[in-house]
Amino acid sequence: MDAATMTDATRGVSVDAGAGNTGDGSGSSSGSGSGSGSSSNDNVGNSSGASSAGNAGSDSGDGSGNAGSTSGTRDPAIVAIGLTRRFGRTVAVDAVDLEIPRAKIYGFLGPNGCGKSTTFRMLCGLLTPTEGEVRVMGHSIPREAETVRPLIGYMTQQFSLYRDLSVRENLDFLGKVRGLSRRRRRERIAGSLQTYDLERLARRRPENLSGGERQRLALAAAVLHEPPILLLDEPTSAVDPRTRRSFWDNLFKLIEEDVTILVSTHYMEEAERCHQLAILDRGKLVAEGEPKTLIGNLAHTVLEVEGERLGRVRQRIAELGIARSVAQLGNRLRVLLDPGDTEAAERVGAAVASSGATIARTRPGLEDVFVAATEGD
Amino acid sequence: MRSLQRIFAVAGKEVRQLARDRLTFGMILGIPIVLIMLFGYAINLDVRNLRTGIVDEAGTQLSRKLVADLVATQVVDVVSREDSVEALEAAMQRNEIVMGLHIPSDLERRLADPNRAAAQLLVDGTDPLIAGIAGAIVAMPLDVRARVAAPPPRTLLSARAFFNPEQRSAVMIVPGLIGVILTLTMVLFTAVAIVREREQGNLELLITTPVRTTELMAGKILPYIAIGLIQVTLILIVGSTLFDVPIRGTLADLYLASAAYIAALLGLGLLISTIAKIQFQAFQLTFFIMLPSILLSGFVFPFDGMPPLAQGIAQALPLTHFIVLVRGIVLKGAELTDLLVPLRNLGIVFVVAMTLAIIRFRKRLD
Repeated sequence: MDAATMTDATRGVSVDAGAGNTGDGSGSSSGSGSGSGSSSNDNVGNSSGASSAGNAGSDSGDGSGNAGSTSGTRDPAIVAIGLTRRFGRTVAVDAVDLEIPRAKIYGFLGPNGCGKSTTFRMLCGLLTPTEGEVRVMGHSIPREAETVRPLIGYMTQQFSLYRDLSVRENLDFLGKVRGLSRRRRRERIAGSLQTYDLERLARRRPENLSGGERQRLALAAAVLHEPPILLLDEPTSAVDPRTRRSFWDNLFKLIEEDVTILVSTHYMEEAERCHQLAILDRGKLVAEGEPKTLIGNLAHTVLEVEGERLGRVRQRIAELGIARSVAQLGNRLRVLLDPGDTEAAERVGAAVASSGATIARTRPGLEDVFVAATEGD
Repeated sequence: MRSLQRIFAVAGKEVRQLARDRLTFGMILGIPIVLIMLFGYAINLDVRNLRTGIVDEAGTQLSRKLVADLVATQVVDVVSREDSVEALEAAMQRNEIVMGLHIPSDLERRLADPNRAAAQLLVDGTDPLIAGIAGAIVAMPLDVRARVAAPPPRTLLSARAFFNPEQRSAVMIVPGLIGVILTLTMVLFTAVAIVREREQGNLELLITTPVRTTELMAGKILPYIAIGLIQVTLILIVGSTLFDVPIRGTLADLYLASAAYIAALLGLGLLISTIAKIQFQAFQLTFFIMLPSILLSGFVFPFDGMPPLAQGIAQALPLTHFIVLVRGIVLKGAELTDLLVPLRNLGIVFVVAMTLAIIRFRKRLD
């Protein structure tokens, strides 16, 4: 292990300049993160090279790792190689390679049970990988899980703060538990109450708060100790669109403060807002990249059939056995066709023709990318 | 230092939540008071007024005198007169009487014969206490016997009750009651404490913080040790003012023993909380500990008389050891140094329960 670290470290120095360039790229344009497998090797070396800097940062005090990282090289916030987790005989996460750039919102998209939560838990050291390696800000997990924990803020899927403690008491408790000094606690609590518009709710208990208010509190609690990395597990699954929008505004503000944010979701609405997306299916990473790029690269054909009595049309299309999926939206059918089959579109057209419905090619959306990348039931 | 801050953060939060939870708060004070009143007044080992049926086949002056003497003891209360032993048995089955006196027609002759009993006492053997009482009544020298000039029976032994010469029930029960009440409240509160955090999702939040399992457990236990000692104080005050229970040992020894006992109980409670998935299961498991505690600890039945298996099970129950400690300190005026064995046993229960709880808690996270 030691020997490996040594070679990594030396390699990190040797490729430092090159990796620095990549890092700069990821700082200015959001697209570079979708790099090929060959570049990820360099980045591993790079991240371990910078780990000493990260260590120095965390030794000097809580959350100052954040400040340290801005001045250092822009190596990825999290790197995972061959990440695998088995529960008994089932493989929840299967050899996932990830590279999560700093100060970006990185989304994990996937159906229920695809391994999102398990991956999340491994990335922040809550769960030990069966195989593979994770490096968070240069620290390897699980060996340095205790060092990594203060670097991470975690907002759980279900509201997990104490319902019978007031907003302020909840924050105070978390501040104490996270080891913030009395002065810093007072500053941070006052600051968070203001930032997240909770000042007038400070004495209220979460059991009497609305969904959106609770969510702001949960976010305030997750970033109270100013972690450089924030993990959000399906953050806006239970709120209305307006609340969701303002919640994401808060996330983008955090990005400007150099926080790296990981979001797990199965909502296209949320996924579209991420800088970069990883699509997981049955424990495997099936696609990765910018939402726009993912949509642009989709080789599948998407047809839209519009008309009345779509049930029969739908059945006829399904009988052809060439459609990847057919979904109804009001009086439209969205038909996803696998790439390569050049005659598929014509065959669908022929099948539909007699019913009087109109058919047209349409631009694919993120949902089509999702459906194309993941296997149905 | 950090670790202490975290422990106190958890403990402080726990106290705050407790103060807001009116039901739990009420239980902390209510359970001891209600139980001590209930046990102190209702549980009376000085048995009196047992419902008794009489079959007087003799019908002589002597037989009527025998019944009158028996009534005069206040132990029996004659509620019915029957014609036959069979009728007595039937009345006992209907739970109209718990004891029957059968005076045969040849009472006088029998009294003259020192080898034969004069009359027969029929006892409801389903109640252990009443069966014991029958023995006492049989041994009772009745006026009648003396009058008939049978030689008074010579007793081989005489008994003298140390520490509780008047044999008052409250004195016997109240110290043990401290243990019973603490078992009920302490195990229940801690068992529910962690299960509730799991139910409400708080645990998911806590595991993402630097709080360690041991710190979480310590923080949860601390407030309850204080609460347990408050309950001890409450029971002692009520016990000594209302029931005149003497406290012969030192209070310091008593509180130390209580603290050790409470710690062992909290360990068990935490262990339950790692097994139970919902609060209801925690309740059930608490009673699973509660019942054997009351029955096997020596609180109700003498420990020495139990079969070895029951004694073995009882060793795992903190109440067994605490009964020895508390009766020793409160009633016998013993010092803690006289009672190192039960104290050590409490320590063993605490360490084993806590270790298992921490191991189980860790496993469930992964």
